[in-house]
Formats: sequence, structure tokens, C-alpha cells
Amino acid sequence: MMVFMAGLCIMLGGGVISRLVPGNPRFGVAVGVLTAVLGALAGLLGAVDVLASQVVIEWTSAWPLPAGEFAVRMDALSAVFLCVIFGLAMVSAIYGWDYLRVEHAQTVRGRRTWLWFNLLVVSMSLVVVARHAVLFLLAWEVMSVSSFLLVAYDHEREDVSRAAWIYLVATQIGSAMLLAMFAVVGARMGSFDFSAWGALRNAGPGFRGAVFMLGLVGFGVKAGLYPIHVWLPEAHPAAPSHVSALMSGVMIKTGIYALIRLVFLLGSPDPWWGLLLVAIGVASGVLGVVFALAQHDIKRLLAYSSVENIGIIVMGLGLGMLGWSYRQPVVMVAGLAGALLHVVNHSVFKGLLFMAAGSVVHATGCRDINRMGGLMRRMPHTGAAFLAGSAAISGLPPFNGFLSEFLIYSAAFIAVLNGPSTLVAPAVVVIGSLALIGGLATACFSKVFGVAFLGEPRNDQAAHAHECGMPMRISLYALSAGCLVIVGCAAWIIPGLFRVAGTVAGLPVDPGTGPLAMLGSVVSRVSGVSAVLIVLGLLLAVVRWRLLNGRCVGRAVTWDCGYAAPTVRMQYTASSYTQPITSLFRAILGFRIRLRPPTGLFPAAASYESRAGDTANDYLFRPFFRFVERMFIRLRWLQAGHVQVYVLYVALALLILLLVAL
Amino acid sequence: MTWDSLCAYVLALVVAPLLTGIINRVKAMFAGRHGQPLLQAYFDLAKLLRKGAVYSGTTTWVFRTGPVAGLAAVLVALAFVPLGKVPALVSFNGDFLLVAYLFGVMRFVTVMAALDTGSSFEGMGASREVQFSALAEPAWFMGLVTVIYVSGEWSLSPALAGVSSGVWGPAGSAMVLVGLAWLGVFLTENSRIPVDDPNTHLELTMIHEVMVLDHGGPDFAFILYGAILKLWTLGAFLVSLVTPYRTGMVLLDLGYGLAGMLILAMVVGIIESIMARLRLVRVPHLLLTATAFALLALFLVMR
Repeated sequence: MMVFMAGLCIMLGGGVISRLVPGNPRFGVAVGVLTAVLGALAGLLGAVDVLASQVVIEWTSAWPLPAGEFAVRMDALSAVFLCVIFGLAMVSAIYGWDYLRVEHAQTVRGRRTWLWFNLLVVSMSLVVVARHAVLFLLAWEVMSVSSFLLVAYDHEREDVSRAAWIYLVATQIGSAMLLAMFAVVGARMGSFDFSAWGALRNAGPGFRGAVFMLGLVGFGVKAGLYPIHVWLPEAHPAAPSHVSALMSGVMIKTGIYALIRLVFLLGSPDPWWGLLLVAIGVASGVLGVVFALAQHDIKRLLAYSSVENIGIIVMGLGLGMLGWSYRQPVVMVAGLAGALLHVVNHSVFKGLLFMAAGSVVHATGCRDINRMGGLMRRMPHTGAAFLAGSAAISGLPPFNGFLSEFLIYSAAFIAVLNGPSTLVAPAVVVIGSLALIGGLATACFSKVFGVAFLGEPRNDQAAHAHECGMPMRISLYALSAGCLVIVGCAAWIIPGLFRVAGTVAGLPVDPGTGPLAMLGSVVSRVSGVSAVLIVLGLLLAVVRWRLLNGRCVGRAVTWDCGYAAPTVRMQYTASSYTQPITSLFRAILGFRIRLRPPTGLFPAAASYESRAGDTANDYLFRPFFRFVERMFIRLRWLQAGHVQVYVLYVALALLILLLVAL
Repeated sequence: MTWDSLCAYVLALVVAPLLTGIINRVKAMFAGRHGQPLLQAYFDLAKLLRKGAVYSGTTTWVFRTGPVAGLAAVLVALAFVPLGKVPALVSFNGDFLLVAYLFGVMRFVTVMAALDTGSSFEGMGASREVQFSALAEPAWFMGLVTVIYVSGEWSLSPALAGVSSGVWGPAGSAMVLVGLAWLGVFLTENSRIPVDDPNTHLELTMIHEVMVLDHGGPDFAFILYGAILKLWTLGAFLVSLVTPYRTGMVLLDLGYGLAGMLILAMVVGIIESIMARLRLVRVPHLLLTATAFALLALFLVMR
């Protein structure tokens, strides 16, 4: 624990120093980056220690917080999330150092971000270890505000500042729910210390259901569950890429962490909780990937794909909870472990994809993949990394995405075989949705990679793109290797996750015997098959090389049915590639089409523009906020614009509260 | 791993190219032609393996990796699929997920290689391929859930072995529905009529063939052989579903597994002779129907 706390202190101190120290901006940046890396490394050591020794560490600071105490508790579940947080923070700090290099040299703005960056990492890690509601909420708010400041990095640009405000409003709505939830539970339990909430399990089903719903909305906003995901595709593209990676890779997972924690504090769930989670997971998963398919802004697409992956995680969580409700411990452990593994996997490959996308944006100066093309030749390292990330996120072996989907599928198939029919139905829905999501994700990521990296460049920026610098390359390769290492270490990781899932639920789980041992051995066979696949591929490559060696190997233009003067504009674009699929889902996508048809006998200019909307935004939130705005306009007379009047309001409010209390 | 499983695997590697010969011969007979030799696919493979290659200047290593990785994926997938009631070479719980996702790998690398050429025709084929296979996936999985529910096993060989004559009695209608759903998926995934026409020479209408237009020499041989093995692997699902029971005699079991595959090839030939290709916008309807059939089968067995 001391190592962990020391890591947090290093990061905080370094952040403050990097912000305050005057003079050469390079020094400040170096301090910020170095302390982020060192602090994350120390924190990682602390978390790994807890995972390895399987002990729970509790610690209470001698200095109490106002209205609470600084109490932390690190168990296996916290440690899993800490590993993810610190691991990705380390890589993205190295990446961000290079990514903002130009800005670092020219302005102080780049240097200033490192305080917010370090604060974000510290607050995220405090969220997953907090044992007291006040500390939790404080850390949660610091996390939201520091990430808001990072999103607003380019705040002079109108779209960025708009995205940042959307994010702030969304996250505050979530916080309001959480405040209500903690107040209700704290009043009932008579304490804000989580360890005193054991009696929550014995509360009535109505009360527990209400708490669950408040938590689901509050944490769901942060996690990006459909339909409260609307801030995600706005905020993630606006932030600098290493911040997008950190937000999409780990920050949204704190919502998942808190949801898991809450559910297991509440005790044995009613079946409708699990059913609701499966339904939300399926909606997020399928709609997330469909929306992602329709995007051509590379970072916006990745943000929607995060909604999809959160959906997959929640499906696993929902199955796990249903398994608990219906007394199917294997389904419970497999579903939960699958969800946890997907949390880890998604942070690795989504971090990788956001960083590779950042490298592309850096090189081409735009985010529209329809203006790219042919980047593979110009940016081979970024291209290879993006390809690995694309295969991993599509769930293809031999990469890590397959393993977690395999576990969630397994939970569903075990449920089909052993469960009562009320469990079989949601399990079948999960199987069907995962299959559909897998196919659509392959379509989505073959589109991004194919259009952006393959073929011929569609404009000058793409033609003159340059490869990213060495630190960025190192980050990309580290995460690409992570995609394979997780598969290679499955034999150790999976039983560990089973144990974590068991401890979270309060069930003693022995991954060495019974059906779980079978599942564990199956997963290690899957990683064995992945190895066979790689070896066989290499063997065939040698065969091909031997066959072609010494033979005539020519070079020509692409065969275009005899047409000898192809232009780059004839290539398939992102929009045309996905048009058959998006037209199937057009009712959900809500395309906005702007058409300027050719007119007159000699038409000169014509244009056609289509943009995928977001139905949740267009039909749910926009009308709602318009309504709120109308209501607030009526209260305008309260706003005098004088500080004195506001002080009077505060005094009046206090007076009323005092009167009520008396 | 047993000897008969190993024999079945080798048999697949050797005999699979014959299937396309049979399909083409049946089609020729329907059209009143003599048709190409039964062993034409072997001749083609031998010819391609002896050739050099020509690469488009647009392409990168992604294009050269495609055929190799695709063939590796299908070679691994083949090891998990039983032939008739002869169990597969490797079998463990959840192995069908690997089969499905290995075909995903094959599709992914083929599509990538196609997009690497920068040709709009190949983009078109790739776009169709990913659309149709995304819709085929749920149908295939729902059929599998039915089989697993009936047999009580979630590993391919025992699950398909569990669909014996004893199951066909009470759950026959459900199994017919699963068979039809899988036939739809089989024809889609292997780019046969009514989804794709392997004989067409108009690039605008093709799916699989247009994606591999730019490949030649050994690369194309790998692709051709991979496609043939995929035909065999997915066909083996259908054959295993309808094979009634295992006799226990190696030669007999292998023999009727093989016979099943040959009959399936004839069925494909007949379908191609008496049907026209669907319009592309109709293909999703076919796949949704297949999914509906598989779901109906599941409801029937869960009843």
C-alpha cells in the first residue's frame, strides 16, 4: 500500500511542479511525464503485489476529510482495475510527450496539461480504491473535472469547447444521481463507510432496486451505456489522442468498476437486474457498432466502438448476475470474468487504436478517413499497430479480443445447457448479439484500416504523411505486444480472474477443480490454437517464399477491368463501403442528407452530403434540453448579475435550511 | 486424437478439390454440356503453384499476407470439424467459437488484401462480403445453439454426434430447420448461387471472385485451396447433422462421410442449375430467413 500511495504522491507532486515551475517549458514537461511514468510504475507494483499475494489491504489516513475519512481498501477487483489504469497511463504519458512535442516547445499550454493528466490518473485510481462515500465522490468529481479540462485542450475551437460542455453536463447529471444514491443509502445505513454497508443485503427489494437504478444511471453515464452515451462521441474525438486513449481505455471503465462494486454490495440480485443489464448491453453493443459503421471521423468512430465494447462488458456482467440470481455459479463466474477480461482487453486495444489514430491525425492533419488512403506505405509502424488493434477489437484470434468474447460466449452456452428456461432466453440473445456484433465489428474495422491505410492516397496531406516519432512508436508497439501477451499468458490470467470474480461475489472459488478448471483448460487450449495458427501462417509464408524465389515476379497497375487510367477518386470510400449495411439500419441511424441536385440544361455544380445522426441525441436529449432551457428562461428574473444579490440568495437559502432543521 | 480422425483430416485435404469438379460436372450435365474434367481443380492448383506472380504497385505486405494467413486459418478450422460421425482431430468445449472466428480471420485478411489494391471493384466485393457474412453469423450460431441444446454437449464433435437417429425422431422438424438455415449460410459463405455466382465474368456482380482479381500464381493457389477447404469444412457441418449414427468401423464411417460430401456437392450443383442469383438487395432477406428458421428450431426443441 505504501508503494501505491507513494506512486500517487509522486504523480501529484510532479503534476504541481510541472505546472508551477517557471522558465524553460521543457523542464516542466519532463517533470510531468517522468512523474506520471514513475508514479504509474509504483502504483502498478502495488496493485500487482495485491493480485499476487491475494490479500486485501485497508488503510485509513490520520487526516480526515471534511465530513468523511480518507479510507482506502484495495482488494483483487480494485487491483485488476488499477493494473489497467496504471498500465495505460504509463504508455499514454510516453505517447503524449511526443504527441504534444510541437506545442510543448512553442506554448505553455502543452506543459499545463500534465497537471490535469496526472490528476486524472490519481483520481481514477482513488475511485477504484475508495472505501468511503465522500472520498469516492470527491475522487469521482476530480476525475470528471480534470478530464473535462483535458478535453477542452483546444478550447478556442468551437466544436471542442462545445464537446467539453456536453461532457461536463452529462457527467454532472451522472454525479447528481450518485449523490442521491449515496445520500439515500448513507442515511439508511447510518454511515458512509462502505465496509459498514453489509446490512444493505437485507434491505427490501424495492429499496435495493431503487438504489440499483440510481447507480445504473449514475455510473452508466460515465461508462457510456446506450442511450446515455451521447457525450462519448463528442468528447473523445475532441481531446488530444493520448487523453482520448486514457478516457476511452480506462476512464469509462471506472463506471463499470463502480457498477460491479455496487451490485455486490447490494447482495443477491433480482433477476430483472441481470435482464436489464443484458438488454442494455445488447442495445449498446449492437447500436454502438452500427453507429460506428456510419462514421467517417476516425476518432468519433473509435468512440462509438467504445460504446459497443462497453455493451459487450455489460452483457457479460448481466449474464453473471443472472447466473447469481438463478444459482448457477459457473455462469456467474464465467460471465463476470469475461466482463473483467474484456475490460482489460478493451483498454489495451482501444488505447492502441486511439494512439495510432492520433499518429494518423498528426501526420495528415485531418480526422476524415475519406481523405486518407495509402498510409500503410508512408507510416508502416502506425499501420502495423492499427492492423493489430483492428484484428483484436474484431475479436479475431490470435489476438486478445477473442479470449474475453470466448469467456462471455462460454457463460452463455453453459447457461443454455444447465439453466432454467428463464436463463436460456437471455443467454440465447447474448449469443446472437455477440455473433452479429463480431461480424459488424469486422466490417467496421476493415473499413477504417482499408480506407485509411490501404489503396492510394486521396489527397496531398495523405500523400506526404510522415511516420510518428520514436516514443510514439514505442507506445504503439508496447500495446500491440500486449494484445498477444494476454493470449500467451491466458493460463495464468484466467484462473486469477475466476478467483477475483469469486471474491467479489463472496463465493469461495477454486479454479483448480470442477467446471471452472475445465473452462480454464479450454481457454489455455484456445491460446495454444492461436500459437498453432501463427506457426502455421509462418510456415506457409516460408513455402510461398520458396515457391516464388527465383521466379519472375512482376509489378503492374491494379487490374481495373482493362481500364488503364484509374484515378484515386475511383476508390471505394468509407461511406460506399458500408452503405449496404447502413442502409439496412437506416431507421436507427437517422441519416441527414443534404442534396443539391444538378439543375438546368448545363448543370455546373451539384453536391450530395450524408451524415449519420444519433437517434438518442436527436429524439431524446435535444428535445429534453430544449424543454429545460424553456423552463429556465422563466427563472431569468432571478439572475441580477450582482454578487451582492447572490450572497443574499445564499444567506436566504441557509436561513430556510436552518428553519427546516429547527 | 484417433486414427480415423486423422484419416478424415487427410481425406479432406486430398479430396476437397474434387467437390468443385462435381459441382461443375452436375451443372454441365444440366446445361447439356460435357463439362470440364472432374479433376480440374487439381490441375488448376498444380498450374498456379508453378507460376510466378505479378503485383500491383499499390499493394503492400498486407496483400501478400492475405492468402497465407487465410489458408492457415482454414487449415486450423478444419481440425475442429467432424466428418459425418467421425470425431474431429481436436475437440474441446467451445471449439465451434474458434471455427467461427477463424473463418472471421480468413474473411478479414481476404478483405484487407482486396482493399489493398485500391480498386473500386475489389472494394465493392469486400463491402458485400462483410455485409453478408455479418448477417450469416447469427443464423449459424442460432442453429448451433439448437444442436447444443438437443445434444447437451458444447463441443462440436460430441454435439453433432449427439444428433443421432434417436434425436431425428422427436426433433426431426427442428433439425430440418437447422439444416435449411445452415444450407443458407453454407451457400453464402462459400459464395455460391443464390448469393454469388462463381461463374460470372462481370466484376460488378461478383463477391468472392472480384475480391481476389489481383492475386496470381502461388498466392492465388493458396486462395483457391483455402476456398475449397472452406467449402468442405462448412459442408461437413451439414453432412454431420444428417448422418444418422457411427458404425464404429473406420472405413465405413469415413466412407459415408465422404459420400455425404459428394452428395452435398451434387445438391449444390443442382441448386446452381435450377436457380438464378438473387438480386444483392434480396440477400439479407435470405439470411434473415435463415436466422428465423434457426430460431424457430430452437423454440421447437425448447418447447
